[in-house]
Amino acid sequence: MTPAIAPVGLGPYLVVSAALLVLGVLGIFLNRKNIIIILMSMELILLAANLNFVAFSSAHADLSGQVMVLFVLTIAAAEAAIGLAIVTVYFRNRGSIQVEDVTMMKG
Amino acid sequence: MLAQVVFYVFAAVLLLSGVMVISVRNPVHAVLFLILAFFNAAGLFLIAGAEFLAMLLVIVYVGAVAVLFLFVVMMLDIDFTQLREGLQRNAPIGACVGAILFAELVMAVSNWTMAPAGAGGSVQAAPGLTNTAALGTLIYTHYVLLFQACGLVLLVAMIGAIVLTLRQTGSGRRQNIEKQHARTREDTLELVQLPLGENVLEQGGFLRPGTSYYEIAVPGSYGAAEQPKEAEKEETGA
Repeated sequence: MTPAIAPVGLGPYLVVSAALLVLGVLGIFLNRKNIIIILMSMELILLAANLNFVAFSSAHADLSGQVMVLFVLTIAAAEAAIGLAIVTVYFRNRGSIQVEDVTMMKG
Repeated sequence: MLAQVVFYVFAAVLLLSGVMVISVRNPVHAVLFLILAFFNAAGLFLIAGAEFLAMLLVIVYVGAVAVLFLFVVMMLDIDFTQLREGLQRNAPIGACVGAILFAELVMAVSNWTMAPAGAGGSVQAAPGLTNTAALGTLIYTHYVLLFQACGLVLLVAMIGAIVLTLRQTGSGRRQNIEKQHARTREDTLELVQLPLGENVLEQGGFLRPGTSYYEIAVPGSYGAAEQPKEAEKEETGA
């Protein structure tokens, strides 16, 4: 049985995934102040990881990679919910979401 | 051939929308581009043969997570022009780190060979099943404990989000439970003969013994108790 990924090959998937991961890291560097964009960049990074998982799972004809994608999706959703809740509470308390100002807990 | 063309279209749109997510000025547009990126990633999943995960990505991400982002972006009244100030300053560092990371990744991919297959215990589904059925048989047998742990993580996230955003002294009408339970029918029920063509509002409104609602309310949570008439009109008019 030939894997579904065969016409495209594993290489292009890995390159696209690497580019997406770099975009996510770049987004964190570019938008240092806006925590919502930072959270979205983290979603992009997790999406890149998921793309790798699916590509390898398809190339190896091994389904455990897709199960791992399921778990990564769960964790990403939980992380987004908690992160946005923290953003909301922080905005309610401070009136801004400038993460560079968050130095209250500096020892 | 067709699969390749579709792959490159999806990949190009995915990367373009990724660039737009991190570079557009308006965060609402960024969220919309994130949704576009997830749709294209779902397309790539489909090409790789992971139909269930593609649909899951569309439903969970586009339907839930991206909408959550939209809600937060639109609900918070944020001065976004102020947030873009550090862009120019951080751009060179980000470009350097990104270029180095990408070069390392390309080097790793190009110099990498696949390990001989069959070394580990590869998890195979029974042949002849669809992708969804195969994933289901795996999740509920081989990975059942991890699956339960995932549910636990979601539960903790849900409780955490609620606890974080709950306002302790919120608005909203709360009642004194003991008083509410101690109410009798005579306190709350009043039968009125209404003449034909008469408006209920002229007879005093729908909340009949008007003060009884103030007696059972937690003080201050049901409007001012001094002017029950005013609050009553407001209530019935709404």
